[in-house]
This record gives sequence, structure tokens and C-alpha cells, in this order.
Amino acid sequence: MTTSSNLVYLIALPLISSALLILLGRKADKWGHLLATLVSASAFGIGVMEFLAMHSRTGVARAATQHLFSWISVGTFQVDASLLLDQLSICFVLLITGVGTLIHIYSIAYMSHDRDRRRFFAYLNLFIAAMLLLVLGDSYLNLYVGWEGVGLASYLLIGFWNQKPTYATAAKKAFVANRVGDVGLSLAIMIAFAQFGTVTFEGVKAGVPHASGAAVTAIGLMLLLAAAGKSAQFPLQSWLGDAMAGPTPVSALIHAATMVTAGVYLITRSNYIFDASSTARLLVVIVGGITLIFGALIGTAKDDIKKALAASTMSQIGYMILASGLGPVGYAIAIMHLLTHGFFKAGMFLGAGSVMHGMDDEVNMRRFGGIGKLMPITFATFGLGYLAIIGVPPFAGFYSKDKIIEIAFNAGGTKGWILGGATLLGAAITAFYMTRLVVMTFTGSKRWDEKAHPHESPILMWLPMAILAIGSVASGFFFNSGNSLVNWLAPVLNSRGVEGGAELMKPIVVSGLALLAVVIGVGIALTKYRSNVPVEAPENVTIFTKLARKDLLQDSFNEAVLMRPGQKLTAGLVKTDTNVIDGLVRLVGATFIGTATALRRIQNGYVRSYALIMVLGALALIAMIWVVTL
Amino acid sequence: MDISNYLYLSALLFTIGAVGVVVRRNAIVVFMCIELMLNAANLAFVTFSRIHGNLDGQVASFFTMVVAACEVVVGLAIIVTIYRSRRSASVDDASLLKR
Repeated sequence: MTTSSNLVYLIALPLISSALLILLGRKADKWGHLLATLVSASAFGIGVMEFLAMHSRTGVARAATQHLFSWISVGTFQVDASLLLDQLSICFVLLITGVGTLIHIYSIAYMSHDRDRRRFFAYLNLFIAAMLLLVLGDSYLNLYVGWEGVGLASYLLIGFWNQKPTYATAAKKAFVANRVGDVGLSLAIMIAFAQFGTVTFEGVKAGVPHASGAAVTAIGLMLLLAAAGKSAQFPLQSWLGDAMAGPTPVSALIHAATMVTAGVYLITRSNYIFDASSTARLLVVIVGGITLIFGALIGTAKDDIKKALAASTMSQIGYMILASGLGPVGYAIAIMHLLTHGFFKAGMFLGAGSVMHGMDDEVNMRRFGGIGKLMPITFATFGLGYLAIIGVPPFAGFYSKDKIIEIAFNAGGTKGWILGGATLLGAAITAFYMTRLVVMTFTGSKRWDEKAHPHESPILMWLPMAILAIGSVASGFFFNSGNSLVNWLAPVLNSRGVEGGAELMKPIVVSGLALLAVVIGVGIALTKYRSNVPVEAPENVTIFTKLARKDLLQDSFNEAVLMRPGQKLTAGLVKTDTNVIDGLVRLVGATFIGTATALRRIQNGYVRSYALIMVLGALALIAMIWVVTL
Repeated sequence: MDISNYLYLSALLFTIGAVGVVVRRNAIVVFMCIELMLNAANLAFVTFSRIHGNLDGQVASFFTMVVAACEVVVGLAIIVTIYRSRRSASVDDASLLKR
């Protein structure tokens, strides 16, 4: 372990900038966005410096720590506010600050007409600070602070245009769904403390071999619940689609590239727990598998370009969760897919934002068509991201997604066939809905109103898109060449040096199958959507399309099973409270009032009656004394 | 003569005084009844002093007399003032405390 004194600046800079922009208010309107972007860029600079420094160190000295202060010190419970930058965190630091800075730059232009642009940038910086704390904390409790911080930033940014009630509701929905997951995280921390007496990653890792299997499984399941909430995984996935209410740069940064992948970070960071519990691993795989198909199916029927991309994000994170449930061989692959996904999905969201920018905030793809000719740069960058996500070689998604399909097949036995089949099916559906999205938006005949004048976005917007497109093209090759990312992460994620299971098929066969799936998906989409896209969504569709349009009934299910009974329960509790609890209290009051009203009659103002009461009282007293002493 | 007869007399006088306070309306009479009760108490004090053969009771009766004298001064002054303002010495008329 090396000690570093620079880590705190990564968090402090954006945090201070965010506080400044909020506290100064309108005074900072003129330069707020510039400060925020500068701060984000300097955080990226620090990240790069730390990465280079880490790269030049070797072995265990690579990980750097910084002790800030003793945070909680109660009896045997000691928590320090300490930061840990190891091979895993640095990947996230570079992704968060790098993509974050690009999106800051993009937002300068995208939000230029919004009078609250400064507030927007303050929230963005708050998010950067919280997310960096999340990945830099050296204990689950420090992580938890960042975890809640990004939840807050996400809430504020989804509801950024909260003058629209539906947007405010969407923000609340995301917040509430996240809280369900947060309960899991706090329970996991409590169990960990009860079992190990510490909540640092190092302490828990050292304690796992001596702990009972049931406790480790319980921690694993609670962590999975937390990950499902934050990463929009089944069964807590319903908030992500509505989260698209936020401005598009927010969707790109928070709900595609960084925050929603925090669940994957949590699971890979807790690899020692999942390594020790096969039950927890199995559930992780199941959750990932269900979500990757679930999200992909929703994506096929969405006409809102951002919601289609959100469904795609859900599905791609399903891939990552599935990979991280496959044990030591999967963690690094999950992170690889996370990083490549960060590039191409952020790029595509920015592309969608660029299209919306040119089309007067229209999001309905049935109203697009033929935009590619008018917005060539957006089309090109989006197209590269598209090729990356569907997994065409040699683009980024090909390397990461093929690896996941490969290790899914190699999981062995029936499980391997099911998982491999699910990932292949997911790849085919991904190819279908992404092709549908690109074809409906950029090619074909124009279907937009006469009022819209699509035009290419300014350089501040297309430059970040271009840089992300380069990442979508090259990052997969870069991470995969010589297994560089897997080897880089091995000390953290695979310290025992576990090799993958027996190969079910040769990697080249898997790649061939995956490509076949992609070709089938693209082919179906092309025949269906190349021409004659109706402007209004057709009503005479199959039941499956109807279900997918309704997000596979996720909201109806939540409403019928959770919300309505929950409301009934609270209504019942309120009734009990007013009638029984309050009733008892009111009964006590009424008794005193009644007695007092009766007793008040004695106070009639006549001296003689007072004297009589006194005499009677004295007599009673004497009688009592007499009786007692008798 | 049996010394306990003094105590019976004291109890009788006290009862007459107490009943008088409760049943009579005229403030002067009520006042006199109170005096009667005080003197009944004095009689009991003196009798007990005699029974026990020490002077404690007699000392206490002196205190009672001093208090009674002060009370007469204050009490009569109040009664006279009330009579002047309301033209009545009835204790039932002076029931303003209720309101």
C-alpha cells in the first residue's frame, strides 16, 4: 500500500465547486458552467496523474490510500474516513471524470437556453463528487455515503425540470425505488459489522473465510438487492425508463455511463463475498439474466428514443451483472463491458440529445426519419456507438460482450447452456432494437412536422460525441489486447488466480454464433422498418408488442402488488392511529374534563359551604386517625 | 370534679362555634363563632396543661390569644368595610369569588 495525499482533491474540488454554485445563486450565472467544467477537467487530470503514478508502481504498492480523519469511534466500532485508490477504483475514476468532463462540455451548449444552467452544473458537480466518493471509499460505510449522494444527485437531476409534475413524479419514483435497494445495502453493512466487527473492504475480506456460510450468503443477497436498486435490475428496474425525464446529458452521464453501473461496482468490489457463496452468485446470475432479456424486450417496442436507450442500458447492465455472478473469471469482464458501455452508451445518449436539440425536443422516433443526411456528424458518431453495442468486430462491444457470452457458456452444464442461450438471445434482440432505432431515426423518408428544422449541433456538442465515438471504436481492442484489463484488475478481483472453466466451445465458434445472432436481429429490423414507418404507432399489434409497450407490466405489477396494498395498509394504520391510539389519549382527556366539570360545582363562592367542607374534611381526618389508631 | 369534664365543655363549645359558622349568615355572628372555637381550643390547651402538669399548653393558649386579637382587628375592619360598600353584613352576599 502506498499513501497518497492527492486523492481527497478528487472529491473536494467538485464538492466545493458545487457548493459555491448553489450558494452564490444568480451571481454565478455567467461563469458557473465554466467553473464546473474546469473542476471536472482538473479532477480528470488528477485521475490521469494518479493512474500514471500507479502504473509506474508494481505489486501491492499499486493501491494507494489516504487517511482523512477518524469518523466514527464508538467502543469497538471504528470507522475512518479513508480513501482507497486501487486498480479497480482507478478505472471508475477515469470513466467518471473523463466521460463526466465530456458531458460537462456538451451541456454548456445543450443547456445554453436554460435559465437554470448554473444550477444544473452545480448538481452535475455534486454528482461527480458523490460518485467519486462511492468508488474511492475504503469501507462499506464510506461507500454508502457516496451511494446516497449519487442517489440525491440523480433525484435532483431527473426532476431538474420539476415545473412539469410528471417529471417531478419520475424523480420521486427513482428515489423511492433506490431507497428499497439502499435498505439492502444498510442491512448488508449491519450484518457485516455483526459478523466481522469491521466494515472496511480489507477487514471484511479477511473475515469471510472464518464466517458462517449463512451470514456470507445473507450479506451477498443484501448487496445484490442494493445493486438491483441502483442499477435498475429486476425486480427494482421500473424507475430507469421514467428517469429519462431528466435532461439528456444527465441520462448519458448518470443513467447510462456511471451511476447505474454502481451496482456492478458493488458486486465486483465485494468479490470475496460472492466467491464464498454459490447461492448468492446463482441469484446474481439469475437477476442479470432476467434483466438482460427484460430490458431488451422493452427496447423493441419503445418509440421514445431515450426510453429505448434506457431499456437498452438496463439490458446491458444485465449483461454486466450476469458476468459478475460468474465468479472470478467474470468480474474483470463485467468491468470491461461496463467501461466500453460507458463509452458507447454515453455517446449514443449524447447523439439522441443532439437529435432532440435539432428537432425541438421531439423524442418520438416515428416523427424522425432521414435525419442522417442533415446531421452527418451525429449520425456518424451514433452509428459507431451502434456498431459497438450490437457487437460488430472490431468495435468495443464485440470484445466485451463476446467475452460475456463465452464465459456464460463456460459456466458448465445446464446452467451454461441456459445462460449462454440467454446472452445470445439478448444479443440478437439488442441488434434488432438498436437497428430499429437507428433506421427509424436516421434513414428513410422524413416524417417530421414542417415547423422542425433539423440542423447539426454546435462543436461543443459534437466534439464530446466524437471523442466518445473514438472510445466506442477503440476501447474494446485496447482493453482486450494482451488481456491488459483482466491482468490489470487481477490483484483486486481475482487474487487467487482462478482460471476459467473448461471451454464448452472454441471462442471463435462463440463469436460466430454471436455474429449470427446479430445478423438475424439486424436483418429482421431492416426488413420491418426500412420503409413505411407509420407516424402513429399501430394499434393492431400482437399481445407481446402491447406488453412490451407497457414495459412488460412492471408498473401495473408494482401498483397492484405493492402500491395499492401498501396504501390499504397505511390507510388501516392511520385509522388505527386515530381511533385506538388517539382515542385512548382523548379518553384520558375527556375523563379529566368530566370529573373537573362535576367537581367545579363545589366552588360556589359561599364562604359557609367552604367552611362546611373544611369541617367535614377535618372530621373525616379525625375519624381516619381514630380508626387507624384504634 | 373530674378534669375530663373541661374537655367535654371544650368540645361542646367548639361544636357550637363550628355549627354557628356554617349555619349563620350574619358576618358578626360568624365572627363570634370563630372566637368561640378559638376559646374552646384554649380551654382544651389549658386542660391538657393541667393533666400533664407542665406549662406547654398555657404557653400555646397565649399564642392563640395574640393571634385571635390580631384576627379581630383585621376581620372586623374587613366586615365594616364590606358593610359600608354593600350595606349588608351577610356572608352569602359576599360571594364574588365565584365570578
